[in-house]
Parts: sequence; structure tokens; C-alpha cells
Amino acid sequence: MFSEADLIAIGLTLRLAFTVTVILLIIGTPIAWWLARTDSWWRGPVGAVVALPLVLPPTVLGFYMLVAMGPNGYLGQLTQALGMGLLPFSFWGLVLASVVYSLPFVVQPIQNAFESLGNRPLEAAATLRCGPWETFFYVVLPLTKPGFLTAAILGFAHTVGEFGVVLMIGGNIPNETRVVSVQIYDYVEALEYGQAHILSIAMIVFSFLVLLGVYGVRRHANVSSLMKARK
Amino acid sequence: MRTLSLWSAFLVLFSIAPWAQADQVHVAVASNFSGAMKSLVEQFEYQTEHDVVLSFGSSGKMLAQIQNGAPYDVFLSADQAKPMALEASGEALQDTRFTYAIGALALWSSDSDLIDQSPAALLSGQFNKLALANPKLAPYGYAASEVLNAMGLTESTQAHWVMGENISQTYQFVASGNADLGFVALSQIMSNGAVTNGSSWLVPKSLYHPIRQDAVLLKRGQDNLAAKDLLAFLKSPAAIETIHRFGYETE
Repeated sequence: MFSEADLIAIGLTLRLAFTVTVILLIIGTPIAWWLARTDSWWRGPVGAVVALPLVLPPTVLGFYMLVAMGPNGYLGQLTQALGMGLLPFSFWGLVLASVVYSLPFVVQPIQNAFESLGNRPLEAAATLRCGPWETFFYVVLPLTKPGFLTAAILGFAHTVGEFGVVLMIGGNIPNETRVVSVQIYDYVEALEYGQAHILSIAMIVFSFLVLLGVYGVRRHANVSSLMKARK
Repeated sequence: MRTLSLWSAFLVLFSIAPWAQADQVHVAVASNFSGAMKSLVEQFEYQTEHDVVLSFGSSGKMLAQIQNGAPYDVFLSADQAKPMALEASGEALQDTRFTYAIGALALWSSDSDLIDQSPAALLSGQFNKLALANPKLAPYGYAASEVLNAMGLTESTQAHWVMGENISQTYQFVASGNADLGFVALSQIMSNGAVTNGSSWLVPKSLYHPIRQDAVLLKRGQDNLAAKDLLAFLKSPAAIETIHRFGYETE
């Protein structure tokens, strides 16, 4: 059914999405924590910057990333000074771009979970002499698990569905930057509609299952909190 | 009062519509020809009363759009195959197809010292990336792959290829400095008859098949005077001079 090139593209896409999701959970959590709990004047501007990729067209992000990561851009000069060469047309270039692009999809669900948690569980933990790390891992994390799951699933799915930015900075290299969405685009452009259908239908099924998972998590979370309330 | 203004709006619409239709032509243009076409349309609109609406994109996308009912009267493709396909399927009119431009390929770098009118930089292998348009999708990309084959460089350079989905994107990769070298359309780096930016090598015609770009009148434009006038204009000496100035040849 899938050609060898398709399988390579699928493997690459999953690898990219997994890497991006792990990185986003690591850097997104402190950002979400700060956004949920701070009273600082910076809360608005930082929140807006985090949400920017939601509204900016991928062409804007892709264009500026190409320029910024290029030899004359700040990022490009930094990566060259560090001996990493230039990032465009490489897997790690896509990772960086996707981290920016999918950031709000990870930060916002976690932030919402932290906000709805409130102060009480933290105060209770403090009275029981929990340190900040203990509080986070034994109190906050279990209580906000649905938020983290939603964030991880959305971040993963959004990276899989990314197209515009990849097209602009990827350069269409097999097993490096040619992800599934680009592969589909190539098929459509080359008028190979049969191949395009196979991959496109696979994407639709995958996306449906992912969203089903997200709504399943939410429902489950609602039900279990209801059960606890009943007890 | 309200009905009256509605009525007058209708009247205005109906009195303007036929006149606007007759004088307006929608043209689908391959992206490599966009610079030349804008300049040509300026001349054409100045000479005639017609109004030209341009849409730019890759020829493949344009073809798919035309086959699915896109409202274009004229199609300026980047190749011959797509206008021929439209002719065969009856979506373009017989005997209207002609070669409006023959494209030239150039090896280009945004670094003004890298190339120096010769393929030495390409042969040396001393470059980070070599940009070309996807040979499967873009005629200029196919020509680039022919050149690399003819020079016996396909295998040694393949690991350095980065492919744009069309020739505009390929240009972007080189212009931003992310790729040291790239095969682009001469028309993209030429303004007023000279290459002004970076350094380049005009690839000898013997290394690739001519990139013949054909125009065709589409079925939707069969009674459109502006469409016919535009096609006739593209064959006029004034138009041909402009086309040459943008780095194309003609028949």
C-alpha cells in the first residue's frame, strides 16, 4: 500500500513529532506554570507571544526562520559560532521550527490545568512540609495529568500536521526533512493522485483517532473528578 | 425607498457586467514568468482598453485548478506538456498554443565571488548545499537534473541537494544564503538585461533540453476579445523585446 518513500516519510514524521513533544513538555511546563501563577505585568505580553503561532500564517514563521537561521541571521551566526553549521534543510532545523510552531498547543492546556488547580492543594502540601519539587511531582502532576495528556497529544498531532513552515525551510530531503505532509503535496503537484489519496486518508484516520483520544481523556477526567466528588 | 435603491443597484450591475466581462482577461501564469508578465501587462493595458487579472503559481497547480473549473481564460505554462494535455482533453482550444518564451538556466550564488562565470565551484564540491527545483515537479528542476547528469555530477552532489517545490522557492534558498549554490531561472536574477546580484554561470544550452514555455487559450476565454488580443500581443515585436530583456529567448 505505502511505497518505501512513504514509509520513510512516515517514520521521519513520527520521529520529528516525538522529539518536538518531549522538548515542548520540558520547556512548556515552566512557561505554563509561570503564566498560570504570576501577577507580573509581563503575563499579558508573554502569553501573547506564546499564542502568536496560533494566528500567524506559516509563511510568516517559515520566512523569518529561513532568514534568522541563515548565514546572515542571528540564529545562523550563533549556530555557526557553536560549530553546528546552518539549521535550515536539517532535521534539527525542523525540530526548532516545530517547537516554536506548536508551543501554544502544549503551553495552553497545561496552563489551564494549573489555573484550575488553584492554591489550596499547594497550601495543603506546604502544611505537610512538602518541598517545591515534591509538591510538583506528588501533588500538582497527578492532579493535572489530563492537561498534560491533552498537551502532549495536541503538540504531537500539530507537529504531524505541520506543512507550511516545513515547506519553506525543509528543502525536501528524504529521511531528513521530507515529512508526510510534504510528500502528499509532491504527489498532488505531480498529479499522482492515487498515491496522494493513500497518504491523505491515512492522515485523516490518524487525526481522527488523535482527537478521539483527546476528547476521551477529557471525558474520562470529568467522570473521574465527578466520582471523587460523589465519594 | 429600500426597494428603489436595490433596484438601482441591480440596474447598475447589469449595465456594467457585460462590458466588464468583455474587457477583462484572467491569466494563469507560471511563477518563473511573473516578473516579465507584470511588465508585459503594463504595456498591454497601456496600449489597449483591456483589463488583465494575473494569478501566479506552479504550472502543476494551475493545471489541476483549470481541470477543476478555475476561472482562467489564458494559461501561460512553464512547459509544453501541460498545455498539450489541456488541448487533448478539450479544455484548451485547438491551434491556439504557441511558445511564448524559452527559459534559460543559470547556476547562481548570492556570494558575488563564488562562481565567476564558470562551473568551477560546482565541480570543486566546495559548497554546503546545492539548491534546485524538484525535477519531478518543475521544468527548471528537470533541466537542472539533466545538467548534473550531463556533467556526471548527479551522484557526487546528491547528498547536498535541497529541493524547492518550484523555482521561486529555489531562488529563495539561495538568496537567503542558506544554500551556497543553486540552479535558478536566468529570468529571476536578471534585471534590465544584466545579472546584478551575486555571481552566476549561464549554463550552456548543450547540457539540457530547451525549456519551452507554451501559452494556450482556454475554453472559458473562447469569446473573450481581451484574451485573444493578449495572446496576439505576446507575439508582437514590442513584447518579444521585453521577454528577451527578462532573460528568455523566443522562437
